[in-house]
Amino acid sequence: MSLHSHHDRGTPARVLTQKSTQNVTLTIDGIPVSVPVGTSVMHAAAEAGIDIPKLCATEHLEAFGSCRLCVVQINDRRGFPASCTTLAEAGMQVTTESDALFRLRRGVMELYISDHPLDCLTCAANGNCELQDMAGRVGLREVRYAVGANHLTQPADVSNPYFAYDPAKCIVCSRCVRVCSDIQGTFALTTTERGFDSRIAAAGGADFLTSECVSCGACVAACPTAALMEKSVIEQGQPQRSVTTTCAYCGVGCSLNAELRGDKLIRMVPDPNGGANHGHACVKGRFAWGYATHADRITTPMIRQSIRAPWQPVSWEAAINHAAAEFKRLQGQYGAESIGSITSSRCSNEETYLVQKLTRAAFGVNNVDTCARVCHSPTGYGLKQTLGESAGTQDFDSVMQADVILVIGANPTDGHPVFGSRIKQRLRQGARLIVADPRAIDLVDTPHVRAAHHLQLLPGTNVALINALAHVVVSEGLIDEAFVSARCDAVSFAKWRAFIADPRHAPEASATVTGVPAAELRAAARLYATAGNGAIYYGLGVTEHSQGSTMVMGIANLAMATGNVGRPGVGVNPLRGQNNVQGSCDMGSFPHEFPGYRHVSDSATRALFESAWGVPLSDEPGLRIPNMFDAALAGSFKGLYVQGEDLAQSDPNTRHVTAALEALECLVVQDIFLNETAKFAHVFLPGASFLEKDGTFTNAERRISRVRRVMRPLATYADWEVTQMLANALGYPMRYTHPSEIMDEIARLTPTFHGVSYARLDALGSIQWPCNDVHPDGTPTMHVDEFVRGKGRFMLTEYVATEERVNRRFPLLLTTGRILSQYNVGAQTRRTANSVWHAEDILELHPLDAEDRGIRDGDWVGVHSRAGDTVLRAKISERMQPGVVYTTFHWPGSGANVVTTENSDWATNCPEYKVTAVQVMRVEQPSTWQKRYAEISKEQLALFKPETDHAPV
Amino acid sequence: MNTERLIQMANQIGGYFDADPDRVAARDGVAEHIVRFWEKRMRRQLYATLDVASGALLMPLVREALVEHRRRILGIRS
Repeated sequence: MSLHSHHDRGTPARVLTQKSTQNVTLTIDGIPVSVPVGTSVMHAAAEAGIDIPKLCATEHLEAFGSCRLCVVQINDRRGFPASCTTLAEAGMQVTTESDALFRLRRGVMELYISDHPLDCLTCAANGNCELQDMAGRVGLREVRYAVGANHLTQPADVSNPYFAYDPAKCIVCSRCVRVCSDIQGTFALTTTERGFDSRIAAAGGADFLTSECVSCGACVAACPTAALMEKSVIEQGQPQRSVTTTCAYCGVGCSLNAELRGDKLIRMVPDPNGGANHGHACVKGRFAWGYATHADRITTPMIRQSIRAPWQPVSWEAAINHAAAEFKRLQGQYGAESIGSITSSRCSNEETYLVQKLTRAAFGVNNVDTCARVCHSPTGYGLKQTLGESAGTQDFDSVMQADVILVIGANPTDGHPVFGSRIKQRLRQGARLIVADPRAIDLVDTPHVRAAHHLQLLPGTNVALINALAHVVVSEGLIDEAFVSARCDAVSFAKWRAFIADPRHAPEASATVTGVPAAELRAAARLYATAGNGAIYYGLGVTEHSQGSTMVMGIANLAMATGNVGRPGVGVNPLRGQNNVQGSCDMGSFPHEFPGYRHVSDSATRALFESAWGVPLSDEPGLRIPNMFDAALAGSFKGLYVQGEDLAQSDPNTRHVTAALEALECLVVQDIFLNETAKFAHVFLPGASFLEKDGTFTNAERRISRVRRVMRPLATYADWEVTQMLANALGYPMRYTHPSEIMDEIARLTPTFHGVSYARLDALGSIQWPCNDVHPDGTPTMHVDEFVRGKGRFMLTEYVATEERVNRRFPLLLTTGRILSQYNVGAQTRRTANSVWHAEDILELHPLDAEDRGIRDGDWVGVHSRAGDTVLRAKISERMQPGVVYTTFHWPGSGANVVTTENSDWATNCPEYKVTAVQVMRVEQPSTWQKRYAEISKEQLALFKPETDHAPV
Repeated sequence: MNTERLIQMANQIGGYFDADPDRVAARDGVAEHIVRFWEKRMRRQLYATLDVASGALLMPLVREALVEHRRRILGIRS
């Protein structure tokens, strides 16, 4: 049986809704079948177990009616209607097989095959070709047409690194064009010319690579032939088995089918049953997995006496024992609180749970933090204060019921592309869009989508903006009084109402701060408050500010005041940057909280964990990441265990960070690559990629999904096993034999996870927490009847200007972000062909700022801030507003974080990456830091001599 | 730990709670936040600034909160 024998019902299912409550019953080949109104005859037939031949139809797209292979006969109707475009009607009698239909279909196939290469035996799609299947299905035995004009010699477009387009094999069914428009929403593909000359083309460039195509791969999946085909399949053949797992990139958490031959990964295919992605993926998840077997992988544990000494490959036992002995020595010499750990949002729930458990139980301290510190820690704080739970309120599907979508400080089409496509789908259905962002992100004006309002504020003025929006709601009588009265805390609301009604929050007053015209802001506020279902999606443009937590609370205030919480289509939705940001926070990675967001000072919770873990636990909050750096420089913090996080590249003020790392006496890095942080390490423990281990990730919608091992760990052990070995060497016994046992422990100890187990995850596919006796199948929408904290709590949100201000010396504001093809520090994507789209970080600036400084496109420019200098290539862009410049941070040598400062959120110490005052000017050479970086990199490379190459997998 | 940095962080916390017209609640908010989120070393060192010159850089609300909630913030239980 083919791996790809999925029973496609040809057109999308229609479901009974409040608007469509009717079923119709018809008869197909004598079989009665009832389907909802609006269902196609083709789909109805499939429901009855009758498979009508088809080529241009797929259940993932609306019917198109071009191939004519799906013709049927219907009583009392003339001719042979296409079953994909004909809707089922009550009493209809349909015939799907007859001599006339047989002749018609065979004739259609004969025409197709007359202009198709007959190389099935050597074709990459052999065994997985719908054209081949249909030729067999309709009994095609010969092609009677003489050789004439055809497309068989047209050259293939192999420009895209991941897939090829062979026009000779294209049947112009338009599935690729339609999936690019209807699902992905890029509208990059088109059908050129007409009739015989019709061909598929990628718009905006000479070939696929230079076109507007974003390489999501949806066209490849949709293609029924080998016209669009993964190069990995062309080169290596069709896969033979499939393992469902979860993407290790962004917080959308797409479900993917890893398709393999043996344990060799051939391709990733998005899972149609994936609750987060419904069969869609992006260029990273679908294609950028080659890093997992990259030659840079380190597969042997290593130790060294100092960071200037050569690395010594050692056995696992030696490395673990050395690390444990060092940590014990440091605690003996400097005190228990002199060491700590950092978990990563790139690691699984089970792995982060074990690291925090090791820290609390084996180290005996709460000095554990996670990289969520530098991204969404304000979300955890702000939503807990207001709504009562440190998580987003909705599932992703909720957006399809939104009437107005407010995107604040997020760039979903780059940062969360699969959800970005969902947003665009809903917008094309008629929902309105408000974008609040200093830059003109793609969503502001993209094919068939245009924001009703772009509130182009200055970086650092979010709180002034959200207060102004709320002021309009309050002053113009747009509060949902019934919701607030029933659902929210009356005292805090009254206090907030008086606060926000003050004229200092009026749009006219805040316009001087934000730069957003008052009329535009008022119109946006009215739209959000009155459109019906108002949904807010936000990203790091909200959290990575000195008032990140205040802004999160301001967002929650606005949603509560307008009654936009507690049902599908609304809500407050943080778009998490990494795959397991939500999960790493859920698992107790913060120094003040046990798993499930319970404070370490809570004696009942502490007693629960003390009983389960068999040791006394500290009731004192531990050090956060920036505090660890400060303590290291002050001499009271000496040892750090870092799993899967690259502090030296991703944290702000690189020179401060690296000075702190240099001050440590024992830095243990567990990673798949010798990353920037490892340059300062004394012990290196090889990590396992997501393809090499079992576990779970929890995405931005609280969806817990299985990560399944598809290949052997290159370095022998999965990461949870390494942490367990370290705990045992420290004298704290851990005896797990499988990550499922770790999840069982999490479920026992964490009320929101009580109903979660690997068996339940396998049965349900995925589960959105809370999952417990009250919600045994999980909770897509939170706060439905009441808030987790009982009554929703309004918080005061005074705007306080950041201390990072422009002046004559630093007149521009730098803001940072990420791009579609690369991912965070780039450790993964830089080691894939994705770098053809983004080979270096560049500085975007407005034409006016460029002109003032004599900067031309492509010039090298120095970026100078109070923290440091770096040099980047300039790109002049109308996306920027005057006075604001932008760069990404994917390449370590770019030094983006050499420039960013230690300023941070008042509540959580989340760095203020989004606001750095800088000057930009033309230069001729790299910065001093960059030269020194190159030297250090060279020195460190010389200290590392790989002992053995891992076998390619 | 860098004293200037601790003072800056404490003042940022004060900057948030300063919006509360209820001064008791504001002082309590500052204290509660520091107790729940600051590690012991940081709290002790912040107190050490109270009686030295750099302590003058603390905003009044923070200073008041530190004075009023000394035992709680320092975890003195008896």
